[in-house]
Amino acid sequence: MGYGAEEASAVRKVITEAGVPGPPAGIGMMMAGPTILAHGSDEQKARYLPGIVSGEANWCQLFSEPQAGSDLAGLRTTAQRDTGKWRVNGQKLWTSNGHLANVGMLLARTDSTAPKHRGITWFICDMDQPGIEVRPLREMTGRSLFNEVFLTDAVVSDDEIVGELNDGWAVARTTLAAERSAMSGGSDLVGGVPGRKGGILEQAAGEVAERMRGPRRKSGTAMAMRGKNFTVLRDLAAERHRLEDPAIRYDLLDLLFQEKIIEYSRSRAQDGRARGQLSGSESSIGKLMSSEAARLARDLALEILSADGMLDGSDAPMEGVFQEMALFSPAVSIYGGSDEIQRNVLAERILNLPKDSRSGSA
Amino acid sequence: MSFALDEDQLQFRASVRQFLTAYSAEQDVRRLMASDRGYDPDVWSLIARQLELQGLGIPEKFGGSGFSSVEVGIALEEMGRALLCAPYFSTAALAVPLLVHSGDDAACAEYLPEVAAGRLVVTVAIAEASGRWDADGVTTEARLGTGGGWRLSGEKSFVIDGHTADKILVTARTTEGIGVFVIDGGAEGVSRSALKTLDQTRRLARVTLSDSPGRLLASPADGWELAEHALRHGAACLAMESVGGAQRTLDMAVDYVRTREQFGRAIGSFQAIKHRCADLLVRVESARSAAYHSIRACAEEAEDFALVASLAKAYCTDVYFAAAVENIQLHGGIGFTWEHPAHLYFRRAKSSQLLLGDSSHHRDIVAYHSGI
Repeated sequence: MGYGAEEASAVRKVITEAGVPGPPAGIGMMMAGPTILAHGSDEQKARYLPGIVSGEANWCQLFSEPQAGSDLAGLRTTAQRDTGKWRVNGQKLWTSNGHLANVGMLLARTDSTAPKHRGITWFICDMDQPGIEVRPLREMTGRSLFNEVFLTDAVVSDDEIVGELNDGWAVARTTLAAERSAMSGGSDLVGGVPGRKGGILEQAAGEVAERMRGPRRKSGTAMAMRGKNFTVLRDLAAERHRLEDPAIRYDLLDLLFQEKIIEYSRSRAQDGRARGQLSGSESSIGKLMSSEAARLARDLALEILSADGMLDGSDAPMEGVFQEMALFSPAVSIYGGSDEIQRNVLAERILNLPKDSRSGSA
Repeated sequence: MSFALDEDQLQFRASVRQFLTAYSAEQDVRRLMASDRGYDPDVWSLIARQLELQGLGIPEKFGGSGFSSVEVGIALEEMGRALLCAPYFSTAALAVPLLVHSGDDAACAEYLPEVAAGRLVVTVAIAEASGRWDADGVTTEARLGTGGGWRLSGEKSFVIDGHTADKILVTARTTEGIGVFVIDGGAEGVSRSALKTLDQTRRLARVTLSDSPGRLLASPADGWELAEHALRHGAACLAMESVGGAQRTLDMAVDYVRTREQFGRAIGSFQAIKHRCADLLVRVESARSAAYHSIRACAEEAEDFALVASLAKAYCTDVYFAAAVENIQLHGGIGFTWEHPAHLYFRRAKSSQLLLGDSSHHRDIVAYHSGI
């Protein structure tokens, strides 16, 4: 339809306010779409974007590796030419939804002799092939949101290269910027997991809506990620007669300030985007602010619970949702570029401070 | 509701900045802060003639240009950046909104055209020696004199530009409640003394009234509502001014660490320094979002303006002070000297935190309006 980001955000807002399910969008909409739009060929756009829009395709991100976290450009997974194709070998980590994805954004080294940022290529990778094994990772919450992905002679082809061969770092920067922007807090839209494997496409929209409306256990993970917890925690404090405690009141106000200012910053950035005045700092700032909001909410929630904070599961208030939020909170300041990496980005790209070869925001 | 500036606003900001670069350079600030009056009347009237800043928030029917508080806020952001020594905050951020809000057309018609022309400086006197900016802090009394006019007695303090203002809008208790009265700076029984201040670029005065004649604005029970309106407006404006100052300290710090070399390299290449600068950027930009949100809420008389204004005031002045302190730290020894301008911002920032109610006062207001 050709509407811009501002219209899209207005539509999301209305959908959210109405409390109805949004489109199953996921990582494809968040990261693969913007990347292919910016760097893909016309053929790739025609082939991959419709699936992202319709929710048929479920994308995952094959970027991080055990030895390449913050120093992503140090990745070791290789793609080697093999009679008109590429054979991929290596291990990826922190792949959310990997087990439900049918297509991946893959970074692999295609020239091991070039400097580390120059020998990487951005591939579209079919996840449904024998060379790919997805294993769930168990996080400190006890749950499995992320996966490890093992690539053993997995196959990708030339027409799956996005951007130029060996120029994948430039393409990846677009993906990472889109990720930061999404992680800087945003939509409350609940759209479910896209793609065939999650099963949402087989359900009638009415069923999905019904499930959303029904009594649903709050997700502590979502609370930590979305960062809109003031009202819940204020009510929790009131219910548990903790509002008289000056320390609790002080911390509640800190959380309110943080969440309000994140909201104000988002609307300023939106307005700036509409006027073509973005400085580029918005997503890193948003992500750092969200990290802080998650920490504040975590400490406040367990402070309100006091001794009950030591319990978990069915013995804890609200079935341990606050414990889950607390346990998930460290992820918020690590995924999508750690707080430290965001600071490097701000210092070097926005404040133009001298680059440090070791700081790695290249 | 926070927003980015449009083309006209960007241009307006650029012209204010250009003017202040010429007329409020560091040597001007230092000269004026050491003077008795505390500002330069020639520059003040030039501001009115050339930029027409005094009339921005004044409706056209009262001789102003009828712009909104947003433009007043943009001007203040630049003034905060340049530490302009002038009675703009008292006049444009406090007195004008109070007068306009009073609905007292006779008073508005008499004073506002003169304000817009740069010929009249007006301030607002709410706090007293107790340093409270709430209704309970008002003990000054007003009573009807034998001739039918109002007479005021009491002592106001922390009155911004109170030693030089032509008119002072004073809150005082009547038998019906709190009223706001216009007092002539030179009227009988008015004695004013400039206070020695931490921030020498913004003057505060003690104003003592002994049976001084005053003109009632609106009705004798409307006063606290008017004062509260002025205080909220002032809070949003102070947030804007503070963002300008905070941005300036961030710019100073970043410029310095980019060029200062130790251990054979620019100190700005050390991650320990970079991360502090990045954190400062996060806070200054966040403060800007809060300030812009509040000044827009002010212009649109948003329903939650009380909460928003106090939130922005507390947040932005806290950020400003943190930035001013960090600027000194990042400069090292040179930042601790009298000759370096860093301390001027430290002084302004700290006193802004405490002006019009400290952060804890404004956090209480936010708490009250958010069900805590």
